[in-house]
Amino acid sequence: MKRRDFIQKSSAATVLASVGGLSLQSFSPSKTKKITILHTNDVHSHIDPFGPEDGRNANKGGVARRATLVESIRKENPNTLLLDAGDIFQGTPYFNYYGGELEFKLMSMLKYDVATIGNHDFDNGIDGLYAQIPHADFEFVSANYDFSNTVMDTHVKPYKIIIKDGIKIGIFGLGIKLEGLVGKDMYKETVYHDPIGKAQDMSRVLKEEESCDLVICLSHLGYEYKNNSDKVSDITLARATKDIDLIIGGHTHTFLPKPTIETNSIGKNVLVNQVGCFGLYLGKVDFYFEPGKKVSADGASIIV
Amino acid sequence: MTIKHILKLCLLLLIFSCASSEISKIEGKRIVINDSLETNQAIDDFIKPYRLHLNKDMDSIISYAPETYSKSDGQLNTAIGNLMADAVYSEGNSIFNKRTQKNIDFVLLNHGGIRSIISKGNITTRTAFQVMPFENSIVVATLKGTQVNLMMEYLSKAKRAHPLSHQVQLILDKDSAISSATINGEPIDVDKTYYVATNDYLYDGGDGMTFFQPNEGLYVLDYKIRNILIDNFKKRDTINPKKDERFIKLED
Repeated sequence: MKRRDFIQKSSAATVLASVGGLSLQSFSPSKTKKITILHTNDVHSHIDPFGPEDGRNANKGGVARRATLVESIRKENPNTLLLDAGDIFQGTPYFNYYGGELEFKLMSMLKYDVATIGNHDFDNGIDGLYAQIPHADFEFVSANYDFSNTVMDTHVKPYKIIIKDGIKIGIFGLGIKLEGLVGKDMYKETVYHDPIGKAQDMSRVLKEEESCDLVICLSHLGYEYKNNSDKVSDITLARATKDIDLIIGGHTHTFLPKPTIETNSIGKNVLVNQVGCFGLYLGKVDFYFEPGKKVSADGASIIV
Repeated sequence: MTIKHILKLCLLLLIFSCASSEISKIEGKRIVINDSLETNQAIDDFIKPYRLHLNKDMDSIISYAPETYSKSDGQLNTAIGNLMADAVYSEGNSIFNKRTQKNIDFVLLNHGGIRSIISKGNITTRTAFQVMPFENSIVVATLKGTQVNLMMEYLSKAKRAHPLSHQVQLILDKDSAISSATINGEPIDVDKTYYVATNDYLYDGGDGMTFFQPNEGLYVLDYKIRNILIDNFKKRDTINPKKDERFIKLED
């Protein structure tokens, strides 16, 4: 018991020493906490696996297999979140026949927590998306689409906060510019706002006002546009913002073998990840937390 | 103290007692989904009725292909491309004519828009989904003869078998310059307006086709190319598309 006392006292001392920052730390005995973030993007209605004859993706993908994998990871770490970065719809006849009903029902069965909205999720119009909302037991986030004058009003929040094992996780969404990509008659009165400005607002709200321990951006902006540097992408977003720990991307169907480490506007690391498309891969990022402990100025060690 | 104050105090206490934690380590990787993972039976059972219904519909036979047709079967025109452009013409024009009492002059699609071969044997609804998995629809643009000339220039430079309907004949000389270009047997008249059907992707400038805009008018038919193919296949027991002379290059 003496030892625990010592730890507690010393962490109290740390608290005193670090007043000024908001890092008044936990008084419970420090124990490493692990949060696992699982993610998909651009699944595009790929429910069944690719067949053995497929030229590119033979025997890959399949929701029923993804379910097995997610379940085994959850068993190992119950403090797991499952997220999707948009373009859930469109790509196989399942969407043409059932309008996204099966996609949402299966994602609910897999216990997805949060998703954002991709351009193809408007493919049956905003009314087509709205019609499937009752089948989704997970939530939608988008900070830069304003749905106030549409049927989707109140069904999409700018962000969602989830607490796992005492760790407060803030997740906000960003969507791509719809004009020129989606017919106006499809997205109707959805208003698009600048993603960088919204991301700056969101990270301030989540980090400073809500005191989140982990800030995640679910983005459907696209990974990087090398020939069009003016176009907002996950890479430009990572560099222009602060206090985001992880950007989970989509849209460009970029198969990153491992997360990219970018440097944000205040010189800190931010991870950008995307796992291609069609449910061929599951992204997995584990965050380890040391309650009551100040991490070195360089930030966390990153193993990718 | 008001309730508001008490709530604020509680919130502060909550913040200080939960206290933010710092990230000490991050590990990231991706995991492939393949046949080494077991199928979750509950999920698969849930999908099954949807799959059966869909497959029954998708595998319903709607026509027959006596040969295998591929978009790489020809340099400047192919049987499969001609089939698609002519199907868009005949199905699209019947709608366009009913609505406007006018006729489409011709159709231009894109070679990249043919997403699959048509295999020898039965043609099913699935075939149409494979050839055209996207939701693109037909639009009719009212173009000046000068814009049609720009289109012909584009085609002469692109040197790809972009599908054209049978009303067009475009002949390139051995240097790929335009030797002759006619619509319904008539030379292109710069003073005439033409009703050109295409897909909404090309209309919006896809594949570098910038000649559709600006224009004199646009008719949106709300008719998906896939549905055009399905409707067209259903009208015939056997398809019989041919590579022909509509877009060719002279060799000497």
